[in-house]
Amino acid sequence: MSTRLITDSSEWSFPLLERFDRELGRLAHEVYGLDTYANQIEVISSEQMIDAYSSVGLPIYYHHWSFGKQFVATEQTYRRGQMGLAYEIVINSDPCIAYLMEENSLPMQALVIAHACYGHNSFFKGNYLFRTWTSADAIIDYLVFARKYIAQCEERYGHDEVELLLDSCHALMNHGVDRYKRPSPLSMAEEQRRQRERADYIQSQINDLWRTLPPAAEHDASQSEARWPEEPQENILYFIEKNAPLLEPWQREIVRIVRRIGQYFYPQRQTQVMNEGWATYWHYTLMNHLYDDGLVSDGFMIEFLQSHTGVVFQPPFDAPYYSGINPYALGFAMMRDIRRICESPTDEDRYWFPDIAGGDWIKVLDFAMRNFKDESFIAQFLSPNLMREFRLFAITDDDLEEHLEVKAIHEESGYRALRQALAEQYNLGTREPNIQVYNVDRRGDRSLTLRHFAHQRRPLGDSVPEMLRHIRRLWGFTVRLETVDDRGRVELIGEV
Amino acid sequence: MSHFIDRRLNGKNKSAVNRQRFLKRYKTQLKRAVADAVDKRSITDMDSGEKVGIPSRDISEPVFHHGKGGVRDMVHPGNKQFESGDRIRRPEGGQGGGSGQGRASKDGQGEDEFVFELSREEFMDLLFQDLELPNLVRNQLIGTTEFKTVRAGYSTQGAPTNIDVVRSLKGAVARRTALGAPSRARIRELEEEVARLLADGIPETDPHIGELRAEIDRLKTRIAALPFIDTFDLRYQSFVKLPEPTSQAVMLCIMDVSGSMDQERKNLAKRFFILLYLFLKRNYDRIEVVFIRHHTIAQEVDEEDFFYSRETGGTVVSSALNLAYEVVKERYDPSVWNIYTAQASDGDNWDSDSSLCRDLLIEKLMPLMRYYAYVEITPRQHQSLWYAYEEVMAAHPHFAMQEIGGAEDIYPVFRELFKRQTA
Repeated sequence: MSTRLITDSSEWSFPLLERFDRELGRLAHEVYGLDTYANQIEVISSEQMIDAYSSVGLPIYYHHWSFGKQFVATEQTYRRGQMGLAYEIVINSDPCIAYLMEENSLPMQALVIAHACYGHNSFFKGNYLFRTWTSADAIIDYLVFARKYIAQCEERYGHDEVELLLDSCHALMNHGVDRYKRPSPLSMAEEQRRQRERADYIQSQINDLWRTLPPAAEHDASQSEARWPEEPQENILYFIEKNAPLLEPWQREIVRIVRRIGQYFYPQRQTQVMNEGWATYWHYTLMNHLYDDGLVSDGFMIEFLQSHTGVVFQPPFDAPYYSGINPYALGFAMMRDIRRICESPTDEDRYWFPDIAGGDWIKVLDFAMRNFKDESFIAQFLSPNLMREFRLFAITDDDLEEHLEVKAIHEESGYRALRQALAEQYNLGTREPNIQVYNVDRRGDRSLTLRHFAHQRRPLGDSVPEMLRHIRRLWGFTVRLETVDDRGRVELIGEV
Repeated sequence: MSHFIDRRLNGKNKSAVNRQRFLKRYKTQLKRAVADAVDKRSITDMDSGEKVGIPSRDISEPVFHHGKGGVRDMVHPGNKQFESGDRIRRPEGGQGGGSGQGRASKDGQGEDEFVFELSREEFMDLLFQDLELPNLVRNQLIGTTEFKTVRAGYSTQGAPTNIDVVRSLKGAVARRTALGAPSRARIRELEEEVARLLADGIPETDPHIGELRAEIDRLKTRIAALPFIDTFDLRYQSFVKLPEPTSQAVMLCIMDVSGSMDQERKNLAKRFFILLYLFLKRNYDRIEVVFIRHHTIAQEVDEEDFFYSRETGGTVVSSALNLAYEVVKERYDPSVWNIYTAQASDGDNWDSDSSLCRDLLIEKLMPLMRYYAYVEITPRQHQSLWYAYEEVMAAHPHFAMQEIGGAEDIYPVFRELFKRQTA
């Protein structure tokens, strides 16, 4: 058996990394049928890792002070030893770029290759959200374009001007996504060609839109009542890009760049549990397969398992270091649980999951990975068995009540409510405030009215005045924010 | 299928630009933090980096988020004793925020201050920004002139190390083209003739054609024999030395170390001088510093003694001024040197000495000086020296005086004295 060992050493070297990659790739593709992009694996130092951190992991990004702030913060905490760096960063691109830190030992590097280059990679390629919302083959080109374009603007219009604009765009980055429309794919050449056309075209449109209208005498009541836009718009950045009266063409282009990069990150925010769970499940499965085949030693496995258990540890709610549900733990447990339901279902599983109990686990997992996001994945696959294992309980916190109420626990009568509550917790629509463009006073003072549709009486945080200033900077005229409560009452909460 | 790349040798300062932009954006706050830091530092520890904090609210990047209140459902793991329908007291501080509240500072910092470390360079940059020595003049001098080597085109002679390869090869190409041109033109003519003859039906074996072919071959050999590169082609980068005007400056530091200066005041004076010393060392390569301390008699000492040794005794300020005058006379010709003086004292002086000082300054020292800065460290009433110096100030506009009450005044006073004067 020992003759099959790849190595005894825990020091990595490039030939060893390649050997491990070959073995893991063989297992992933041939045994488990994972479909991946090609991998580009880059070994970097810890300083470079801090650099990568500060640009959200992207290999190329435009310059902005906030990345500098991130850099300073990361560097500081890392140097003081308060925080370890992540073992890996992986980028949703084709080829899929993964970073390995040079400080890691060989078992760690193997874990990272399995986790990032086969786990995340296949998720990026397969999941419907990533397929719909990101263009993996074009993102790097687009980032190159964005960086160049913004650098040019800085030269031409001044750093400060561009920085202020970016500040405002960043503030609205989460409100720059069409949730229901497939965005057009990215391509750098196309972007550059269209950018000029677009600039001219949009400018002409805008001017038309704001052309002086006939005198007020012709105004009748019905005209002033008509709202514009007719339907509320949830994509605030898009609305601003196309309709803000005073923006220069280059400013519209920058709004567009921030919007498109925000869109690239949109699927990641919705698939944390699934994505991490999937990657963790596969590094666990692949590494164990290596061990079963006698390719790695006991010592190697112990080191691997130590990191693995650290990653999937879920502290209980009353632990001092508890900070919510660990997406790695929940995702990993759910993936394993699905396999268990397929391979050795109990009566309970047969009752709850008649479709998959006893099925082919590889196919079921693949199906789940491709067609769900966190919210629907939990609603679909969280089993009573797992709720008991995690000892989950749901709490309702109503600020009108004096006490918190335990709504459901891991028992027969509580499973559905519990599962519903947990799924809802991962619903981006509930997690982030629902704010939409409601009206523009086109015939009057050109003011923009936004509406916040409050869900369960949850108010907006204290950032409202600052946010309104940012929106005003982009819009150029008065901006108003109203909040609409569950009963449809409208209240003005800010105006700048 | 997988492709490994070793990036470790690539630059690691990808974020340097972003870091600089961050510092630039918060310069005002940083300057305040730096000024505070200087007050708190011990004398020996002026010259190092610093941990500074900026209020978090100043640098936050806002997004729309939910605030406290309303109805929230949360799911937590690790249930031990709860039953469905239980009512629990709300935890202190509304900390049961749950999912939506995952925004607790992820940097592991407190909420109030964003703390990070400035490098020594960055710290000093901020500390001495917009400061300069007033009235500094560049003196062009024979003898002490500095030379600077600058490029001066190309020459045909020089040392082998200065050969400019590109230029030389360009020359070689041009030479080969020029020398080969007549031969190539002749070859073309001959080849055309051969072709014409062959077309006219003259056989290849004809002796005339043979002759023509031999001529073509001879010319081709000649072209091939042109040397690829010739000593004639070589071009050397040429450098010449240009004299550079330089500024020479000397700073005379005069400190009162008499008994009336208690330990606290001596420390204040020392801090002032350390600041000055760091500023000079940092911004001027060619500057000499002379340290003079005095009680009833003045002494020229080195840096170590000036800052760290203790002395007591009475006070005769004019002794120091006399010594300064002698030092200047002896070593620093005012036509060659920019001369500055900084003096710190508690204002105590031997009674009749103050008028002596005034006369010394007005008549002898001030005409030699570019700038004279006096700081008085006293929380009390001014004494005769201050009033005497006021007369000096009236007579000479390049005499400045300021008062320091405590440690917190040092840095502002320092900035005031050496702030960049708009022309």
